[in-house]
Order: sequence, then structure tokens, then C-alpha cells
Amino acid sequence: MIAKAAMAALSAAVLAITPASAVEKPKELVIGITTFLSGPASVFGVPGKNAADMLIADINAKGGILGVPVRAIVIDEGAGANQLMSEYRRVVLNEGAQVMLASVSSANCLALSPVAEDLEVPNILWDCSSPRIFEDNKYKYSVRTQAHTGAEMLAAALYLVKNKPNFKTIAGVNQDYAAGRDQWGLFLTALKALKPDVQVVAELFPKFGAPDYSTEISRLQALKPDVVVNTSWGGDLDTFVQQAAARGFMTQSTFVLPLGESSLERLGDAVPAGVIIGGRGDHYFLHPKHLKDAAFQDFVKRYHDKTGAYPIYPVFHMAQAMAALQDAYVKAAKDNNGQWPSKDQLLAAFQNLKFHGLTSDVTIRADHQGLEDQLIGTTIRVPQYPFAVLDNISIYPGALVTTPIGDKSAEWLSKIKPAMASDPSIETFAAAK
Amino acid sequence: MSLDIILLAMLDGLSYGAQVFLVAVGLSLIFGVLRIVNVAHGSFYAIGAYVAASLGIWIATAGWSPWLSYPAMLVAAILVGVIVGGLLEATLLRRIYGKEQVLQLLVTFAVFMILEDVQKVTWGVKPYFVNTPLSLLGTVNVLGINYSVYQLAVIPLVALCVLLGLRFILRYTRIGRIVTAVTEDREASMAMGVDSSRVYLFTFMAGAGLGQIEGAAVAALMIGLGRSIAVYLAPEFDVLMPYLIMFVVLLFKPQGLFSTLQTRKV
Repeated sequence: MIAKAAMAALSAAVLAITPASAVEKPKELVIGITTFLSGPASVFGVPGKNAADMLIADINAKGGILGVPVRAIVIDEGAGANQLMSEYRRVVLNEGAQVMLASVSSANCLALSPVAEDLEVPNILWDCSSPRIFEDNKYKYSVRTQAHTGAEMLAAALYLVKNKPNFKTIAGVNQDYAAGRDQWGLFLTALKALKPDVQVVAELFPKFGAPDYSTEISRLQALKPDVVVNTSWGGDLDTFVQQAAARGFMTQSTFVLPLGESSLERLGDAVPAGVIIGGRGDHYFLHPKHLKDAAFQDFVKRYHDKTGAYPIYPVFHMAQAMAALQDAYVKAAKDNNGQWPSKDQLLAAFQNLKFHGLTSDVTIRADHQGLEDQLIGTTIRVPQYPFAVLDNISIYPGALVTTPIGDKSAEWLSKIKPAMASDPSIETFAAAK
Repeated sequence: MSLDIILLAMLDGLSYGAQVFLVAVGLSLIFGVLRIVNVAHGSFYAIGAYVAASLGIWIATAGWSPWLSYPAMLVAAILVGVIVGGLLEATLLRRIYGKEQVLQLLVTFAVFMILEDVQKVTWGVKPYFVNTPLSLLGTVNVLGINYSVYQLAVIPLVALCVLLGLRFILRYTRIGRIVTAVTEDREASMAMGVDSSRVYLFTFMAGAGLGQIEGAAVAALMIGLGRSIAVYLAPEFDVLMPYLIMFVVLLFKPQGLFSTLQTRKV
């Protein structure tokens, strides 16, 4: 009994003189990354992985994070939700991943965020865009290092009403799945608040992965809408644009492609001048504010040399996630007297963290949602590139276009005022010469 | 619904139906003769498209005449039919003729999975596009709508040629009569000296490159027209329409659109 009491007293004394937050510095920082390596969304997932490979090599070349080398374990989201969940758990529990980066798919982010809470693992939502993640839930372990669909669609609507104020009719062609319907719904909500007299002449939802859009194109040509909005991506967007261009439809109406930045290079000469393009954030390899930034230029060149393509938005999103990871560890260690931080200290460091990826700074809000600027431009053709580039670029501050904490995007967007389109915080740039 | 809308919907439906027919005819021919539901048929279609796109890109890169992209598509279909279809039939499917349908489904599903990975390994995951055949023939204006000549004339014409060509081969040529004989009664045709293995190989290669032919044509046309009318009048039913048509056909003609009920041999 006396021995037990003595032992308890000794333990208490040891705990009293040792900082509660002292965590042994690991030999390596294992991170798990979920991304699409197969399936249609691999047009985003593979560039994201390529970026992660480059960025991790850069971090390790500089000695790692706080002197700890980073090692990534990549999980394929294309294998399906069940296998993804199993792999996610395995990587955390068996492989010892200290931080997870998930996911490209919003459905996967919605499914994995509660799993991260169960596993008590910091979870960086690196690319997914559903506003529901932090509007419908509160997560301790998940943070998002980019904007959500609400901000992306609002920026596109603001750009449209500012630059094409006289249009009267609009049609939407969007992929028939949750995100496609959400994107169109949020865009339309914002647009009706900004321009209440707009007339919607068609809402088409072709099958996800459809190989032929000729009927939709004929229907739209017959309706002659002033504006056509298409939030598709990847092969779906490419196929639609190629088929529409071959029939001269791309010049009949003003097209708005909020995710078009990711297809511009692949589409070559199919995209004419005058198409409104968004980049899911302020992501563009000819970003007017960062063209003279040596680090930006160096990364774009190295990425192009490595992959043969210019970086697209998931590359920039991965850079933001990696920057947030690195800066959060540095901030947490600083707050911990230079020692390797605990999990809770790392999570605390993400709060109000301002970090720089490759383009504009991003701030993580108290609700764990990232405030990310949005870049929208209009295509022009220039001799330097065999594909359309952007002109008349507007950059919308994240703080302006992101749904305030506590509000739901659909509700908030329905209450915005038309004056927002002329907010002085919006910057506009001509094309990079 | 104005007359213009009906006409436009019919043109779009005809074009889409022709595309569906070109895929369905191969599946139908293989099922009709070999009695195998080839789950991997879509992979043949995809690999054919990849080969055609690769050849098209190669022609453009080499600076050759863009008109060569049309024969390149035919070459792609023949290459895939002979090489992929021939190899698969000779090495795998020949072992499962007459076996339980569950086994046939599992084997062709496995082939589908393997071929999907073969596509990824060979062509990666980025979309490939060759729009030369689509844009080269220009457009034609019908009732104020620009249609590509490729969509409105070439695809339906190719589908019509395939339909008439297959009907001619099956009815008026020796090989066609042998295929029909094997389809009707394999045992009797073998007793007459027909090498059914060679017929199966030929059918699979032809079916993989490109099938009750009339049934496939009419079903494809129904789906094409149904889908286009939905897009014009009730877009929410666009995705549902092919399944709705399939449901109606299965309800009233479960044995097939142009098949008659067969008595079982005892």
C-alpha cells in the first residue's frame, strides 16, 4: 500500500515537472493522401499526386518539417467508398500516419471527416468543395485549405453580371450527380439575387460520363440563350466543348465554365475567345499577381518539365495543403517552445492560420473553412500558346465571396446585393503579355 | 409541341440511335451466336476508341492528310476486333461455351476489369480527343440549328451500311448461312461438317469490332428517339429514358423484339 502510494506520488511529481505537451520528435512524418488515381476524376487526382511528390521532395530536400522528413502514403479514391474508408483507417492505425490529406471527392470528404474524428487524426480537406462539410457539422480534426462551391459559384456569377450586364436568358448544362446539381443550384441562387429578372430557359443534367451531347447542344441552339453555364469537368466538359465547338455553338452564346481552367490546355483550339472561365480558387499558371514571383515561376516550370502539362487547380490545392501542414507544424512548435508539438497543439495551430501556397494567401477560419481568393477571366487567343488563355481577369477576395460563419450558403447567397459585383476589393487584370 | 421541335428531336434521336446501334450490334451478334452476354463488350468499344484516337493523333503529328483519320477509325475497329477479340475468344471464351451463365458472366466481368487496367496502363488517365473526323466535314444548317455532317450523315450512314451489310452476309453468303445454321442448332450443323469453333471465332472478332440485328437497330432507334424527345420536352427524364424503354420491352417482348418464343428441346 505504501509502495503504491509512493509510486503514485512519484508519478505525479514527474508529470508536474515535465511539460504536458512534450512529444517525442518522430523519425519521419507519415502523411496519408487520398486522391483519384483511377476513374474519371483522375484528371484531377493524378496532377494532385504529381504535385504532392514534387512538394514533398522539396520539403525533404530542405531537411523536412522541423527537421523531420515527410513520407506520403497515397490511397486511390477510385477504388470506391468502402475500400477508401478501410484504407484510410489502415493507413492511420497500421502505417502510423500522423496527418491525413483527404480528398478530391466531396462525397469522400463528407464520409471521411467523421472517420477522422473517430481516429483522432488531423485531416486536411485538400481539394473537395461541398459547403455542407462545415455548414452542417462541426469537426475538431478536419480543416479545409481552400474555398467551397458557394464561393466558387458566387465569383462566377459576380463576374458574369459585371461583364455581361445586359443578358436576359440563361441555360444550365450540368453533370447529373450531387456536385453538379449543387453547383448549378448555388450559381442560380446567387445569380437571381444579383439579377432578379434573369430568365432560365433550360436546366439540363446529362448523365455523368456521357459520350455524346449532340441532343443537348441542338436543344440549346434552338433556345438561343444569351448565357450557357456548364459546371462540368474532366472528360465530360472536354467532350461537350469539342462537340459544341464543332457545331459553332461556342460563339452563339456566352459560355460560363466555372471549372474550365482545368481543361483549357487539353481543349486546344476548341475554346474560342470570349468564354468565361473559373479556376476553383485563384489558380492559374499565368496568375497576373504572381507571374513575377520566382517561387511561382520555378514551380510552374518544374511541373511542366516533369509532366508535360501546365499546373491546374488540384496542383495548387495540393500546394496549399502542404503549405498549411508545414506552417501549422512550425507555428505549433513555436508555441511549444520549439519542441515537436502534440496533436492538440497542431490542431490549435490551424485555427486562423494564414499560409501561402503558390498563389494568394489563404486563411483558415474558426469554423475550419479556408478563405481562398477566386480568379475568373475571359478567354482570348494569343500566338504564344496553342490553347486559350485568360484576359480581363478578376480576383475576388475570399473574405468577400465566402459564406459567413454560421450561415448556410444557399440561404446567404439568396440575400446578397447586386452592389457586390462592384465591390472595391475586387481586382481586375489584363492578360499576361 | 411544334413540328420543328419534333423534326429536330427526330434528327438528334436518329444520330444518337445510330451510335447506340453500332455498339449494340456487336453485343447482339455475340449473344445471338455464342450465347454469351459479353460484359467486356464496352471495353472493346473503349479500346477501339483509344486506338482510333492514337492513330488520329499520330496522323496529325506526322503532318499527313487529315482525311486519313476516317480510314484510321476503320483500321482501329479491325485491329481491336482481330487482335483483342480473336485472342480473347481463342484463349478464354472457348473454354466456357455451353457452361453455366453465371460462370460466363464472371469470366467476361473479369476480362472487363483486366481490360480496364490495360487501358490505364497503356493510355493513362487523361482524356484523349481527336475532333478531326467531327469537324472536317463541316456543318449543315437545319431549321436554324447547326449540325455536324459527321453526326447527321456519317454515323447514321455507317450504321445503315453495317445493318444492311450484316443482313446481306447472314442471308446471302456461305459464311452467313453457316453462322445462321450454328445459331439455330450447333449440334446439327457440326454433324453436317461445320467447324463451329471457327464460326465462333469469326463471330466474336466481327462482334468485337462492331449483331438479332433488326432488334438491335430498332431498340437503338427507340432509345435515341426517346432520349432526344426527353431532352427537348422533359429533361429530367433524359437519364431515365433508356431504362424505361428497356422496362417496357422486357414487359411485353421479354424474348426480344423480333424473336419468337422457342419450344425447349427435350
